[in-house]
Amino acid sequence: MDKILVCIKRVVDYNIKIRIKPDESGVITEGVKMSINPFDEIALEEALRVKESGNANEVIIVSIGPDDCQQQLRTGLAMGADRAILIQHDHIIEPLKVAKLLHKIVEQENPGLILLGKQAIDDDCNQTGQMLAELCSYPQATFASELTVNENSLKVIREVDQGLETLEVDLPAIVTTDLRMNEPRYVKLPDIMKAKKKPMDVMDANDFEISLEPSIKVISVTPPPPRESGIMLDGVDQLFVALKDKGLINE
Amino acid sequence: MSNAMKIIVMAEHEDGLITSATRKTVNCASQISSEVDLLILGNNTDLEEQAIQIDSVSNVLVVQDETFNQQLSAIMAPIISDLTSGYDCLLLPSTTFGRDLAPRVSVLKDVCQITDIMEVLSPRVFKRPIYAGNAIETIEVPDGQMIVATVRPASFKELGTSNQASLSSLEMPNIDLPNHTRFLGVSSEKTERPDLQVASIVISGGRGVGSAENFEILYQLADKLGASVGASRAAVDAGYVSNDMQVGQTGKIISPDLYFAFGISGAIQHVAGIKDSGTIVAINKDPDAPIFEIADIGIVADLFEFIPEFLAKLD
Ligand SMILES: Cc1cc2nc3c(=O)[nH]c(=O)nc-3n(C[C@H](O)[C@H](O)[C@H](O)COP(=O)(O)OP(=O)(O)OC[C@H]3O[C@@H](n4cnc5c(N)ncnc54)[C@H](O)[C@@H]3O)c2cc1C
Ligand SMILES: Nc1ncnc2c1ncn2[C@@H]1O[C@H](COP(=O)(O)O)[C@@H](O)[C@H]1O
Repeated sequence: MDKILVCIKRVVDYNIKIRIKPDESGVITEGVKMSINPFDEIALEEALRVKESGNANEVIIVSIGPDDCQQQLRTGLAMGADRAILIQHDHIIEPLKVAKLLHKIVEQENPGLILLGKQAIDDDCNQTGQMLAELCSYPQATFASELTVNENSLKVIREVDQGLETLEVDLPAIVTTDLRMNEPRYVKLPDIMKAKKKPMDVMDANDFEISLEPSIKVISVTPPPPRESGIMLDGVDQLFVALKDKGLINE
Repeated sequence: MSNAMKIIVMAEHEDGLITSATRKTVNCASQISSEVDLLILGNNTDLEEQAIQIDSVSNVLVVQDETFNQQLSAIMAPIISDLTSGYDCLLLPSTTFGRDLAPRVSVLKDVCQITDIMEVLSPRVFKRPIYAGNAIETIEVPDGQMIVATVRPASFKELGTSNQASLSSLEMPNIDLPNHTRFLGVSSEKTERPDLQVASIVISGGRGVGSAENFEILYQLADKLGASVGASRAAVDAGYVSNDMQVGQTGKIISPDLYFAFGISGAIQHVAGIKDSGTIVAINKDPDAPIFEIADIGIVADLFEFIPEFLAKLD
């Protein structure tokens, strides 16, 4: 194939303990460490490996979001992507609309393979890849943990609730990645320097004639109900008594 | 309930059995509207028998066709979209099956989808977890907009099966179906132990268990207690157990009455999968392990000493 497109979302780093805004309008992202969504980093790594094995010519990364997404795109370029596209928009966009914007990029670029994360760790929606697949009328292989590229098709192993499923899909296809697919490479300093010269196309999301207004209203974002604080016990005997008192084990 | 919504649940079935996640999804649906339909795409008449017995179901709609020997989302989505015209709400279980399928249907309906309903506040207002359950979003779908959503099974109780719903067989809709996807097989570690998502007791092991062989004592304990066995991602990544045993944000979300974490540190992504458990018991040799912050009962101990003692006590 010629091109692989990888979709990258900027999210709060997975190591950060999030804080909720006092007015319950959302989660604080100002001044918080932001990163590439971990699943997307894996998607990019996989794309780079496909290219390095001689099965693709170019890896393009795309992100939709505020101007600051350029940081994550630069990291992606430093990892080895050839060029980047930013579709700039300052407000939260729902997955269906993200998918519609991505669909426009797919129409422009005609990639043979499109890789996304299985889910973004902020909204935990797990929707965008499947939506894009339906919009493009392409096959999909979600939750992928292994990918083999053949002439006109892919063989994909998927992590499903029942175990491991194997699908074969014709190209062009959409794959969403699970965590065990690979371990993303570290970015080296010289690569960061080189990445500065790689092309970054910036577009305005409003130019795509897609309504970006939210269709579902977020009334509030609140902390989860706290669990009652627990107790520390000493050894099997005490545990046994405690569990029997709660009626959780019988004897 | 205000002007009753027409609601339909897409059934998930596995090896000829309607899943417990489907019955939990019907429970969620029954909190949205008093009349719940259930849609089955299958190739096995026994499924209908099971379906009509699920409490709260009014009508079972079924299409029997060999196309559905394999449940491929790209093929099922246009069929579901066709068969659910006229409904105000479509719910699917938030399993890998439902998560794979729902977004394709919502594109065909051109509506935004909701993932992981955990609570129904009113027929159009729901709660759902974000950030691995570290925040809860309350959302509202405007009047007149179709609801397509997946339902978080751990948040709903399974319904009983003493019903006698009506049954209608539907024709396979006449639409062109894609042939770009081929199912080659599924491999799963078959076990006699109860299913993780259904078991009332779950015993999980983490990196602290150390090896696949060492998991054996967890299996022994599980079998004594009639429990299912789960694992942290670190244990799966290290190859101690298979992927279908992973519990957490990106594994299975479970809600047993009793959960044991052996040698699991308690990363937020793991905790996301166990928060709805009745009682969480953590055994870790590190007194500062974060798992103790969320456990109901914590014990600082070496699991290799603790479990044999526990087993002896159960004898
Ligand atoms: C996007 C993303 C998604 C993720 N999804 C998941 C998920 O779904 N599920 C999940 O589990 N993780 C998930 N993770 C990984 C998670 O962040 C942690 O890395 C993982 O949960 C750690 O597993 P662990 O607790 O087994 O290992 P560790 O953190 O290494 O902890 C091992 C524990 O064992 C204890 N121990 C060691 N020996 C003994 C002994 N002999 N007796 C008693 N205790 C002992 C140690 O004190 C330690 O606390 C995800 C990560 C990311 C980035
Ligand atoms: N704003 C975005 N920009 C680029 N890619 C995105 C964006 N939102 C979602 N994606 C992709 O879609 C995947 C699934 O996201 P979600 O459906 O929100 O869970 C992510 O892992 C990304 O690969």
